[in-house]
Amino acid sequence: MTDLPEKTERKLGLVIDLDTCVGCHACVIACKGWNTENYGAPLADADAYGTDPVGAFLNRIHTFEVQPDPREDGSLPPAQMFHLPKSCLHCDDAPCVTVCPTGASYKRVEDGIVLVNETDCIGCGLCAWACPYGAREMDPAEKVMKKCTLCVDRIYNDNLPEADRQPACVRTCPAGARHFGDLADPDSAVSRLVEARGGMDLMPEQGTKPVNKYLPPRPRDAEIDVLAPYLAPVDEHPKGFLGWLDRALGKL
Amino acid sequence: MHPAPSLILFTTLSGLGFGLLAFLGVGLPSVTGWIAAVFFAIGFVLAGGGLAFSAFHLGHPERALKAFTQWRSSWLSREAWAASGTLGLMALFAAALVLGGLRIAPLGWLGALACLATVGVTSMIYASLRTVPRWHHWSTTAMFLGYALCGGALLAGQRWPALVLLALTGLGQFLAWKAGDARFAAAGSTTGTATGLGHLGQVRLFEPPHTGGSYLTREMVFVVARKHATKLRSIALILAFLVPLALLLLPDFHHLGAALAVLSHTLGVLAARWLFFAEAEHVVGLYYNRSAA
Ligand code: SF4
Ligand code: SF4
Ligand code: SF4
Repeated sequence: MTDLPEKTERKLGLVIDLDTCVGCHACVIACKGWNTENYGAPLADADAYGTDPVGAFLNRIHTFEVQPDPREDGSLPPAQMFHLPKSCLHCDDAPCVTVCPTGASYKRVEDGIVLVNETDCIGCGLCAWACPYGAREMDPAEKVMKKCTLCVDRIYNDNLPEADRQPACVRTCPAGARHFGDLADPDSAVSRLVEARGGMDLMPEQGTKPVNKYLPPRPRDAEIDVLAPYLAPVDEHPKGFLGWLDRALGKL
Repeated sequence: MHPAPSLILFTTLSGLGFGLLAFLGVGLPSVTGWIAAVFFAIGFVLAGGGLAFSAFHLGHPERALKAFTQWRSSWLSREAWAASGTLGLMALFAAALVLGGLRIAPLGWLGALACLATVGVTSMIYASLRTVPRWHHWSTTAMFLGYALCGGALLAGQRWPALVLLALTGLGQFLAWKAGDARFAAAGSTTGTATGLGHLGQVRLFEPPHTGGSYLTREMVFVVARKHATKLRSIALILAFLVPLALLLLPDFHHLGAALAVLSHTLGVLAARWLFFAEAEHVVGLYYNRSAA
């Protein structure tokens, strides 16, 4: 049923650190790799070597530049760059689930993961329209809706070594920017991380109540200019020989 | 949003068809026998044909019956029920009228209501999407109903109702466009809220996640040049409303004039529907620096 559960027992999800993500796209590839070889239809690419390649991905990295407001003296502080990894946020109030006419899209009561039952999906695409985050993509070959499964076939998989029972993107991230856990448990590592770093929702005004949280960048250190102390004029109005030199040069 | 021909034809034709069936249901015109058969046939072909076009939009049309299961939450599922139920009701009414020569008036009234309800439910598929602020408004439903009634009145040859409906709907469309233009900004989603970085300063996309296109950019990040949109809006208003109004006001109004009015109106509605999709900005565009200008 595409009615949403009143409440899920757990809220498994990701916490993504915008301060540490280096924008390497390793998680994009790990995700594509795992999800092409495992649960559901493989993530296809169409016209992969042609002029107009497209492919289905469940996780993508957008890079943003932020220009802080001008300083009091009117000068512009340097812009900062952030990489924003984006996969399904496994929303509590998932609009993608309620719009689905077939019941293919659903949110699990036991852990809150939002999944698509691919054999029920008619490929109408309405769920992708309903998602504010662009987290769903139609597979170009299978014509069914693909989305992040939170690697449901890894996290509960007893055939994998314990350390690998994590989403592929989390496991692969070289910067440790992605964290996986239960966000309904206030004592879980992810919940404590959200608490400590002021984890936030993307587009809260859309009312989706995302489970995934994003950790805002820590304030940058005050701007450091290593040469500045050496370049500051030692004396604004030199006297004596230096004064004569200053005046002489000024007249040239 | 990508203006998919299948969806433009679906909403346009089924709107016209259900509009005509609604008029036939209330006995405007009060036809019987062969003439009734022709009128109903046009109505069923338009409404049913429109629904058939919607199937072209599906990746797996062979599973379409599954779309009847989630009526409790999904407007698309409700649309499947409403459309098929209404066609069934009107088929009963038409069969009794054409074959039995019997006008079951209450059934006709019920069918007419169901026709309008179906158009309303179709509009809710779009109006319920919070992600597309331009659509997320009652005026979307009002305009769908207005267009269906205009087309129905024209097809049913109801001169005076058509005049009034065309004038009102034309005005409504003009106002809905104006109001719609401001709705994305009013919804409050910005690149700042989309990234959560707005408190730090001006956020701008530096590098998109992929250099080529994707399902998302093709389907939801469709942008129409403003000058084309303005031109198309004028064309839509002229064809859908002004030309039919002028034809209806001609002193000796005949079948040819009526046919031309229907044709012009239909072309105008197609243009307006193209704009309905093409001009609708999805908030996901904020992640691609291609939101409402
Ligand atoms: S991020 Fe999008 S696809 Fe995922 S649950 Fe939320 S609305 Fe649905
Ligand atoms: S594309 Fe599939 S999962 Fe999405 S709304 Fe349609 S039927 Fe449901
Ligand atoms: S949790 Fe799994 S499916 Fe989701 S983005 Fe990470 S790797 Fe992809």
